[in-house]
Amino acid sequence: MESRRSFLKVAGVAALGLGTTPALKAVAASGEAGGGAPQPQVKKGAKALTAKQWAMVIDTRKLQTAADVEPLIEACNKIHNVPHFNNKNHEIKWIWETEFKHAFPDKSNSFLNESVEHRPFPVLCNHCENPPCVRACPTKATFKRESDGIVLMDFHRCIGCRFCMVACPYGARSFNFRDPKPFIKEMNRKFPHRMKGVVEKCNFCAERLAVGEMPACVEASQGAIAFGDLYDPHSPVRELLKENFTIRRKQVLGTEPSVYYIV
Amino acid sequence: MLELTFKGGKAYYGWVLALLATIGAGFALYLWQLDFGLGITGMSRDVSWGFYIANFTYLVGVAAGGVMVVLPYYLHDYKAYGRITVLGEFLAIAAIVMCLSFIIADLGQPMRALNVLLYPTPNSILFWDMIVLNGYLFLNLVIGWNVLEAERNGTKYQQWLKPFIYLSIPWAISIHTVTAYLYCGMPGRHFWLTAILAPRFLSSAFAAGPALLIVMCLFIRKFTNFDPGKEQIQTLAKTVAYAIVINVFFFLCEIFVAFYSNIPGHMDHIKYLFVGLHGHGVMVPWMWASMILMVLGIILTVNPATRRNESTLLVGCLVIILGTWIDKALGMIAGGFVPNPLHEVNEYVPTLPEIGIALGVYALGALVLTLFYKMAISVKEEVRA
Repeated sequence: MESRRSFLKVAGVAALGLGTTPALKAVAASGEAGGGAPQPQVKKGAKALTAKQWAMVIDTRKLQTAADVEPLIEACNKIHNVPHFNNKNHEIKWIWETEFKHAFPDKSNSFLNESVEHRPFPVLCNHCENPPCVRACPTKATFKRESDGIVLMDFHRCIGCRFCMVACPYGARSFNFRDPKPFIKEMNRKFPHRMKGVVEKCNFCAERLAVGEMPACVEASQGAIAFGDLYDPHSPVRELLKENFTIRRKQVLGTEPSVYYIV
Repeated sequence: MLELTFKGGKAYYGWVLALLATIGAGFALYLWQLDFGLGITGMSRDVSWGFYIANFTYLVGVAAGGVMVVLPYYLHDYKAYGRITVLGEFLAIAAIVMCLSFIIADLGQPMRALNVLLYPTPNSILFWDMIVLNGYLFLNLVIGWNVLEAERNGTKYQQWLKPFIYLSIPWAISIHTVTAYLYCGMPGRHFWLTAILAPRFLSSAFAAGPALLIVMCLFIRKFTNFDPGKEQIQTLAKTVAYAIVINVFFFLCEIFVAFYSNIPGHMDHIKYLFVGLHGHGVMVPWMWASMILMVLGIILTVNPATRRNESTLLVGCLVIILGTWIDKALGMIAGGFVPNPLHEVNEYVPTLPEIGIALGVYALGALVLTLFYKMAISVKEEVRA
């Protein structure tokens, strides 16, 4: 019943949005389902970590200096083939450090606790529960994965319109203004490097979660960053949220960021 | 009717050749961009849209502005506009061709542009923008062509065109509304996050579009045997006068809300544009120039003496075209992106290749306009001879 209902939904949308190949494929696939044939499915790995909505709690008290933050940025850049450009315009950033007043422009006081004022705040994609970037994308090249709430990118579908960069209120997205390959110090063959003309951003290490590993920054943070399921009351993330007062970036916008900060 | 575009004097052919050369040069620069990537432009991680989308936005307005002759003629039976509706429709066609070219020029992976059709995504405003822009192009091609052909044949246009003509009127409003929605639905971009953005876009469109049409009419009268008519120009001028006044009024409403409420997020973008922020202010002289030009435009078009005098009216129209271009193209992009979501100031200045590609697109639009206007004017000269 459910599949038929979703078939009708797809068919309705397809009729509305000019009958095109994928829509036809969807119709064909549903037809088969009616005949009892199984639908193609992506199977989880045996060791894969799963959650309803992955979330992160960053204990910034444990990340006092740039030297504390840089290893985790470095770990991410290395694993994901994030290039380094000298031209600031072409910068690609997945996770980077900034000051409190930039991470939380609406929460900054003129007279701030000195430690907080000088502390480096790691910022990254918030994997929002209501991601405006996903709403904006005209090709579904960026999407919220239903199985675990990660906001992902299909680098092969992205047309490079950069509407998602306009939509993101956290400046979390980067665009490949040129071929990044010559600017990647050491190529990690296990993760694709990108081509010019597409947008990219943090993927919460979806590729690592799939094989049972924690995100690279979490692993490198020596306990400063916790990672877990927001909807599992016993997850490390929920334990921390229970015990600490946390803040999120631009909560007022209703995007429901999944990255929490302990200050 | 296309054969009419081949019959012209030396000046006509020279102009067409010059445009083709400019298009060629722009295209060569575009090939470079295709090879290197958008890194040859001044855009950055923080200012991720630039000169292309700025001009796109402005030209959607020019296209929508054509409705200001279509609406009075078909809805109010204002007969005088019968002579020039086709000029409005053909201006819209040229403007839309430029809009679509600017979009393609702005894509990082233009070969994948059809993914927008292949994976239709109704929750994206860009999807709807694609529909309304192409739809408007189609409507104006069908209507303009058939009405002109009927005029040439000395008959009334086909009855089946009527519904398309009526549809084209709200459709014109829709193209600029949807284009405004690209901007004003973005959380965290306070400069654009205002319900008055679509009305503002429309008011500046109804000033700039008809102003450009007046310039064209004056040009056509001077250099061809077809006179678009004094009354027609004067009525258009009144439309321009109202629209530019409303546009400046809407802008002042924005200023009031931002500064009386005193909310930093709203004020900072406007401050950046008009007085500079944290020592950065490349836009400051431009924005003040835009304000001065628009006020000058109001004085010249509202004042009956300067409106009736076609020389001062021409100046009024030109300053309005330039003033609204700075305001809506340059200011809208720069103001929206600076400061960035982390409240850092990273400015944007287009590069020479970027401007070159844009000039190529403008030359393409000018070529389309030239050919279509040549056709229209030849028919009108023929009919009146």
